[in-house]
Amino acid sequence: MVKKEKIIKVNTDKCTGCRSCEIACSAFHATPKYSITNPSRARIHVFRNELANEYVPVYASEYTQARCNGRQIHTISGKEYSLCTFCGASCPSRDIFKEPDSGLPLKCDLCENDPPLEAPMCVQVCEPGCLTYEEREEPESEVESTVEKRREMEIGLESLIKKHGIKTVQDSLSRLSKS
Amino acid sequence: MRYAETGVNLEIDLSRGSIEKDQTDPELTKLYLGGQGTAVKILWDRVGPEVEPFSPDNLLIFSSGLLDGSAVSGANRTSVNSISPATHLMSHSLMGSYFGPEMKFAGYDKIIIRGKSPHLVYLWINNDKVEIRDARHLAGKGTRETGDLIRAELGQDKAQVAAIGPAGENRVFTASITHSDASAARGGAGAIMGDKRLKAIAIRGTKDIYFAKPAELFAFCMAARKEIMSRHEETEEVAREKGRSAVYQEMAKHRQQLGDWMATDEDDSFHHDNFAWGNARTRRKNYWNKELEERWRRLKFDNLSRQTGCFNCPKICHNVICIPGGQRFSYKCYAKDTFHMASFQELDFSYEMLPIAEEYGVDAYSTPQIIAFALELLEAGILTDKDFPGMPSDIRGRFHYLLDIIVRREGIGDILANGVYAAARQIGKGAENFDHNTTKKFEQIPIKLGKLNPAFFLMIATGEKMGITQIEGSFPQNPLPTAEEREAFVKEWVAPPDEKFKQYFLQWEKRDQITNQMACEIAEWNEMMHYLDDALGLCAFLSSFRGQFGGKVAYTIHNEPEIISMAAGINLDEKGLWEIGQRNRNLVRALNVRRGMRRKDERPPEDHWAVRNEESEQKLLSDYYAYRGWNEEGIPKAETLNKLGLDYVRKDFEDRGIL
Repeated sequence: MVKKEKIIKVNTDKCTGCRSCEIACSAFHATPKYSITNPSRARIHVFRNELANEYVPVYASEYTQARCNGRQIHTISGKEYSLCTFCGASCPSRDIFKEPDSGLPLKCDLCENDPPLEAPMCVQVCEPGCLTYEEREEPESEVESTVEKRREMEIGLESLIKKHGIKTVQDSLSRLSKS
Repeated sequence: MRYAETGVNLEIDLSRGSIEKDQTDPELTKLYLGGQGTAVKILWDRVGPEVEPFSPDNLLIFSSGLLDGSAVSGANRTSVNSISPATHLMSHSLMGSYFGPEMKFAGYDKIIIRGKSPHLVYLWINNDKVEIRDARHLAGKGTRETGDLIRAELGQDKAQVAAIGPAGENRVFTASITHSDASAARGGAGAIMGDKRLKAIAIRGTKDIYFAKPAELFAFCMAARKEIMSRHEETEEVAREKGRSAVYQEMAKHRQQLGDWMATDEDDSFHHDNFAWGNARTRRKNYWNKELEERWRRLKFDNLSRQTGCFNCPKICHNVICIPGGQRFSYKCYAKDTFHMASFQELDFSYEMLPIAEEYGVDAYSTPQIIAFALELLEAGILTDKDFPGMPSDIRGRFHYLLDIIVRREGIGDILANGVYAAARQIGKGAENFDHNTTKKFEQIPIKLGKLNPAFFLMIATGEKMGITQIEGSFPQNPLPTAEEREAFVKEWVAPPDEKFKQYFLQWEKRDQITNQMACEIAEWNEMMHYLDDALGLCAFLSSFRGQFGGKVAYTIHNEPEIISMAAGINLDEKGLWEIGQRNRNLVRALNVRRGMRRKDERPPEDHWAVRNEESEQKLLSDYYAYRGWNEEGIPKAETLNKLGLDYVRKDFEDRGIL
């Protein structure tokens, strides 16, 4: 099984560190729209270590309750990288991807909009071409599809329970399983 | 509600260790905009002519531009103002990158430093929390090194740091304040910071900035970004095919670059063939050639780690170079030439010196000139070998040696560290004759030309941001040779505030053939755009410095009123904005006049042009003073001041007997 989805591709070699993406993101996601600018509210952050020539835009991804044990240092071609530099999680070990005042986690939604945007705002303002919006063919994994199918079934079950009550559904299930 | 700005200035008294947050008067924004505009008002109000540069009463003011941190591309400049140790007049310097916007996000329009700390300290500003912290362990550290050390000790990798190096600590008059790939290098702001024993300011902000008409502003900015990156119809190739002149082709090249010509500076014949080498003496007219260009191109790209831009700007003006095993450094434009041109070497020598100069924290424009000046004095016998104990015999070794003793203020370096003007007078014995490239005691760009360009005469003579790059820029430097080319240029030229400038350009055939009236108007327009940029925080390369290289300019007198209205909620038309520019400009002049600046100081270097005519130059200067509403001494007249709402200046002048 193959499914198509749009993703933002990041070519860190082309990042100039201008952080236009952070400004545009924070403005787009403000309520009302565009009412403020504030990079710390952005769902993209350019990790920079200038002297080490690291310029890595990262998208806010999942919220995680606990800090992971993956904060290792990797050496690639003789240069050290912290794994955190590439991680989009909103996690307790750093103050990134959280609303600065409430601490609530932020997550990239690819600029969900009605009507949909041609490309997310960060991509639109990335003139150097570090961020591009591309379609990717994603092989659907076995595990994922099993989980998804079960979820579909559960939605059906939930509506039956709502309609008939859990007792009736349980009775039906046990009768069916015997026959 | 304050829009675009925060309405708060942070003031630190380093003598007492006090930290104050002052609400600012919104009326001042309407009168002076912000950035350098409001900074100069503070200098006028609080730093009297009796205050010496190294007095605790001198202020060091970091200002974010009015538009910094907004969606406006290229609005990110921080202006640093004080009284300069070299000129005793207003010190003007600007830096880009991230500092100005971060100030806004932390909640401050300005950071004002007064007093003097008993020992080296740094500031840590984290939104509302402000600390003065011990920096004695950072003494002698380089500028970028200091940034990294502070970020590490605070555990704040997102803090923005502006720091001085050893040069600033030792009050070298050409010391810079460095932040990221930018520095506020001219005018000696780093020496003032060092005198206040302030090693660095680290800042982190996570607050919102609000705008008067945010949705309209954002839509405008998205369109402006496209415009900034757009190409002109006639590319360099088309221009060549059409048989256009070399000047026109050069302009066409600049107009079509994605990014900017500072990023694509491989053909740098302009600086090398036209600017003077050594101690601003020698012009090498046919120095540039293709073989050299190819060799230097390889040197650049073999060692280029990246090209970077400032905050929220699509351009890539900073070339970041890292020679294997060496220190990373960044440069833009002419800064990559100054060290090797002062020493008659090649680009690799600048690559050798720049990372050292960056970490020491010295201005790459004026410092090599001081070194070349010292070596000329040695050659002339005014200084002797005894003044340079242990100096190597080769030129490269000598530059290293001299840079070191200047930064450390050792021996003769202690005198040289005061800049060419002061050093020449301290050394005496005829050394004054070797100071031939300063105006108002300030090292100028080493250009020595044949015939006088009247507008440039006025700009070098009367500019008070001191460098020619801080006043020139809207009107082209040179005429185009044919009427057809001039028409093609004018067709895409939207920046002029008045149609007459197009007519001037269409009629302009020979550089020196320009009427006094035209020169006055051109010099004024050029200057006004810088005064607006420096208040708004806009980069001159998207505005005031750009037009001369080709027609398209992102920000002009035509669209700036609308931008200001959408961002800051101040309703202005072109006339109103022009008036603010005039007010800011006249206030700088007033500040300097009160400190003693007069007509006699407004002289370009005597050898700047080969062909001179004292009488017609002085007539031109008088005409310009009259045109700007200044008297024969260059002092703004009472009616000029009254008209601009600068009555308080007039009154002060009258009390002091200046008017």
